[in-house]
Amino acid sequence: MSATEAVIDIADREEPPLGGFKPAIVRLEVRRLLRNRRTLLFTVLFPVFFFLIFGLNSSYAKNRVGPGNVSAFIMISMALYGAVLATSSGGAMVAVERLAGWSRQLRITPLQPAAYIAIKMVTSLILGLAAVLAVYVVGLLTHKASMPAYLWVVTAAALWIGSLLFAAFGLFVGYLLPSENVMQVIGFALMLFSFGGGLFIPLSQFSHLLREMATYTPLYGLNELVHYPLVQGTFNWTWAANLVAWLVIFTAGAIWRFRKDTART
Amino acid sequence: MRAAEQHVPGIVPTGKPGHRPGEVHPPAAIDLVGVHKRFGSVEAVRGIDLRIGAGEVVAFLGPNGAGKTTTIDMVLGLSDPTEGTVAVFGLDPRDAVRKGLVSAVMQSGGLLKDMTVGETVAYTSFLFVRTRPPAEVMERAGITDIAGRLVGKCSGGEQQRLRFAMALLPDPDLLLLDEPTQGMDVEGRRAFWAAIRQDAKAGRTIVFATHYLEEADAYADRVVLVRKGEVVADGTSAEVKALASGRTVRATLVDADQDALGSIAGVDHVEIRGSSVVVHCSDSDAVARYLLTQTPARDLEVAALGLEEAFVALTGVDGPDPVGGPGSTGGPGSTGRTNPEPDGARR
Ligand SMILES: Nc1ncnc2c1ncn2[C@@H]1O[C@H](COP(=O)(O)OP(=O)(O)OP(=O)(O)O)[C@@H](O)[C@H]1O
Ligand SMILES: [Mg+2]
Repeated sequence: MSATEAVIDIADREEPPLGGFKPAIVRLEVRRLLRNRRTLLFTVLFPVFFFLIFGLNSSYAKNRVGPGNVSAFIMISMALYGAVLATSSGGAMVAVERLAGWSRQLRITPLQPAAYIAIKMVTSLILGLAAVLAVYVVGLLTHKASMPAYLWVVTAAALWIGSLLFAAFGLFVGYLLPSENVMQVIGFALMLFSFGGGLFIPLSQFSHLLREMATYTPLYGLNELVHYPLVQGTFNWTWAANLVAWLVIFTAGAIWRFRKDTART
Repeated sequence: MRAAEQHVPGIVPTGKPGHRPGEVHPPAAIDLVGVHKRFGSVEAVRGIDLRIGAGEVVAFLGPNGAGKTTTIDMVLGLSDPTEGTVAVFGLDPRDAVRKGLVSAVMQSGGLLKDMTVGETVAYTSFLFVRTRPPAEVMERAGITDIAGRLVGKCSGGEQQRLRFAMALLPDPDLLLLDEPTQGMDVEGRRAFWAAIRQDAKAGRTIVFATHYLEEADAYADRVVLVRKGEVVADGTSAEVKALASGRTVRATLVDADQDALGSIAGVDHVEIRGSSVVVHCSDSDAVARYLLTQTPARDLEVAALGLEEAFVALTGVDGPDPVGGPGSTGGPGSTGRTNPEPDGARR
């Protein structure tokens, strides 16, 4: 039969490795991010701006903290803020993509759902890196922040990797609230988490009750942990417990919603 | 009486597997066996058996809510049938998708506004192991000139061409088009089909859902009519066209003689609705002449049979009284094949 001869032999058709994950795709995703001026403004410029306001104040900037100073301490806080904002908005992009039907479109390609999540994570991390580097470079150029050279590297790496926790948060929220204004929700939630984690105001200035409550919020553990190399002193295991607990909650939530989304009913 | 038990002139009422002898050897492009799909209490697909051979160009024709999109989703592996099985080239639909054997132009959505046309095609090309060159498919779809434009700034027709370009990338053996020309003007529709034709690869199976009878007639070798989740007819486009070229004659007439009307040559369906009578027929002149000369009928109207009416004429499902339905008269093309087994025999 003439119809069959022209059809490509099914055995010649291959499935892509790594579920379809490719650096070239990440490159296109990053280009898309760069086009989005609002995301860039919020994640890269805001933390720098906050550092310039709070981190250079001469009344306390040079006060000592461990082997460094308060300016370095605030620099770490602001870089963390930028990094988590970047990773959570990167994760939350799934909301917009689901709304546009793009996720559905991807499901009629060889791209596997897990590879799609991996692409989102890596893209978020790249944006997060930009946010961290922006704050650290400004910290370097303004000459107020001071700590041993290895701590610049260690703290930057720790908070950058740690911000993956919030990629899970962003995915969770993105799958939970498929709407255009998911970014506003994320921005507001992170503002609250940042206060709770002590990124903007030291927790010691809170009332006892508020301070007690703050230790249960999702940025508390991560914030304390990334500052630990600088602050040193006694290690508090509740920080690690907080981080692990929220990692489990966000990841489980994201997986639950993700499963629900990709289930073929 | 079930719809499919009635005789339908010139049309094979259901696509039973194996009803086309000699086409069973290569794996069918699409093989649906006893497929049902329920959404809660809604039964969107109610037992479809359909085998589409490699290389066929098939129109999936049906009114809104017939179950076309639901069926296409199952063929694409986007959803699973509640009952029955779906195979694509003998494979699970998702495996066929992963191998780039199948692609689709969806009814709506599926594009990101903040990417350019060129980026969208490039992105899609990265997802497959092997694709045709992006520049080539963009040329085919006629979007080379707008490659640098943001998708959000493209017109509906341009977006549809973009979807088409994306669907061509994997050089699929099966291309599914879900109302691909919806919302396009006549010119856009013509250009779209010209592009599909130009790219027609020998052996590529094309299945498209449409409301437009002209489209089915012009581009398909085979037309599958679906209605309320069932295949009500399956035949060549010529056969379907003959069906829909019928007319409806409507008149106000008390105590119409149904048998007399039914015996006029070319009449295939007579409906009495209170004091009015509706006759589906191929020769409206004969019916009008009879009504105006032999009966006190008045307010006579003659209308071309729309798709929906064609379905009603075909199936009698919605007719309040199927007495004198298609089965009672010869009708045009009565040499056509008729349903060999009643619908109920499937369970
Ligand atoms: N996810 C869903 N949940 C509930 N009902 C659904 C769902 N999807 C489809 N339906 C129902 O199933 C029926 C068939 O819908 P489907 O979209 O397949 O029709 P269609 O033939 O593609 O119609 P159209 O020509 O309007 O695109 C409709 O009654 C629709 O309301
Ligand atoms: Mg549809």
